[in-house]
Amino acid sequence: MRLINRTPGRLTATALGVLPFVILLLIYGAASQQRLADNPNDKLLPGLEQMTAAVDRMAFQEDRRSGDYLMWVDTLASLERLGMGVGVAALMALVVGLANGVLPLVRANLAPLVSALSMVPPLAILPILFIVFGLGELSKVMLIVIGTAPIMMRDVAQRVSELPGEQLIKIQTLGANSWQVVTRMALPQVLPRLIDAVRLSLGPAWLFLIAAEAIASTEGLGYRIFLVRRYLAMDVILPYVIWITLLAIVIDQCLRLANRRLFPWYNAGGH
Amino acid sequence: MSFISVNKLWKEYGDQVVLENLNLEVEQGEFCTLVGASGCGKSTFLKMLLGQEVQTRGELLLEGDTFPAEPDRNRGIVFQRYSVFPHLTVRQNVLMGLELEQKPILGKLFGSARAEALEKVDDMLELVGLGPSANKWPHELSGGMQQRLAIAQSLIMRPRVLLLDEPFGALDPGIRKDMHELLLRLWREIGITIFMVTHDLHEGFYLGTRLLVFDKLRNDPHAPNAYGATITYDLPIGQTDEHLLRDIDQSVTNTARNQAA
Repeated sequence: MRLINRTPGRLTATALGVLPFVILLLIYGAASQQRLADNPNDKLLPGLEQMTAAVDRMAFQEDRRSGDYLMWVDTLASLERLGMGVGVAALMALVVGLANGVLPLVRANLAPLVSALSMVPPLAILPILFIVFGLGELSKVMLIVIGTAPIMMRDVAQRVSELPGEQLIKIQTLGANSWQVVTRMALPQVLPRLIDAVRLSLGPAWLFLIAAEAIASTEGLGYRIFLVRRYLAMDVILPYVIWITLLAIVIDQCLRLANRRLFPWYNAGGH
Repeated sequence: MSFISVNKLWKEYGDQVVLENLNLEVEQGEFCTLVGASGCGKSTFLKMLLGQEVQTRGELLLEGDTFPAEPDRNRGIVFQRYSVFPHLTVRQNVLMGLELEQKPILGKLFGSARAEALEKVDDMLELVGLGPSANKWPHELSGGMQQRLAIAQSLIMRPRVLLLDEPFGALDPGIRKDMHELLLRLWREIGITIFMVTHDLHEGFYLGTRLLVFDKLRNDPHAPNAYGATITYDLPIGQTDEHLLRDIDQSVTNTARNQAA
């Protein structure tokens, strides 16, 4: 049988999926054990024991200086920035994308600007943001907005223009005005696609968040990682990275489920 | 004055002449079927009736007035595909037109106004045989059911003209027959003026009151775009025979070959 026709059963598929994780863990474990055997104070590859101790210290004990539970403070601060940034970007994407997608006059006017803006490397203008908006929350949120909004705008406009032309004619023969074409035809059909666009934008959004926090911040997941880097505290950095990854997975899956629940027609092949 | 009159109508795209010198008078309540080879302008003519295309020369009049240059609620359309809204249930699809008409800003009806409109919707769904599927999504319907829905969606607006662009082209032969019966029944009950484009000559011969054959009178094999098509046969249905059908079939097939060459 050809390789392309060989499909794994349920159990095999699960085993095959888990295998790379197990291998990675084993390699890390072996390497860590060896280094710790050579030097019990080694910081580069901490063992499970050191990492759980670090997590316990960061998440479940008050910080001696500030009296805060640092990991939760960091998480809350980061998620707030991420949520604000991505939320504002999605809202902007919806408004600009719909206008660009439905109205040829607006498209002629705005589409070139959006395309140009989406080519600007966001990190290159981070200094400008710090200068203009200061070192506070606003500049970090703005970086996420500027980094993710133009691409989402283009995506939404693209999705709107992919709606069949027949629909656009049909709704006009039902007497719709331009506003109704947007609100009753384009908007409801683009919302599930916007959620998909947000899911894809979350990767870049995390990148911009951590970059901004690394440079100027007093709390946040990215700030903490870059802070403890000075002490080579891999026992904190590694759990933080895993924690960020977990958060990203959970957010992504929540959005996926919301999309399924809210738009049953979309996920059943109704588009 | 006729309901629809077409005077010396031409349609050109650059060098390409699609329609030349089209003349036609249609009375209210007629059911015209438009047949012809692909590229002979029958769909283009339908688009002009719809307001999606504008003629290059000549006149296209609805009760003596120029046709509006964009689609409006007086002219319903059913395409071969994609005529219904996938994000609305069957009922909501038909309700949409009434909502758009009554609520210019919100575009939605609530309370008793909605209940009243829904009664009309349910009557219409019953009429096209979609009563039991009222709460389904369009993707749960078969192709024929989707076309029934598209027809219901248009008819609830009581348009003056119903335009059908190869509405049954993608359906199985058996289903197509059911749809023919449905369409004839609706036309008799509502008395609406219908234009239907079809590829299928037999369908054109069977349905409606009038058959319009779009064909090219002149063919230049070296410049297939130089001459446009016009209406070569304008026949009342019922007075047609097999012999004529063969003649038309022959002519249309020849044109199609020339187009392809």
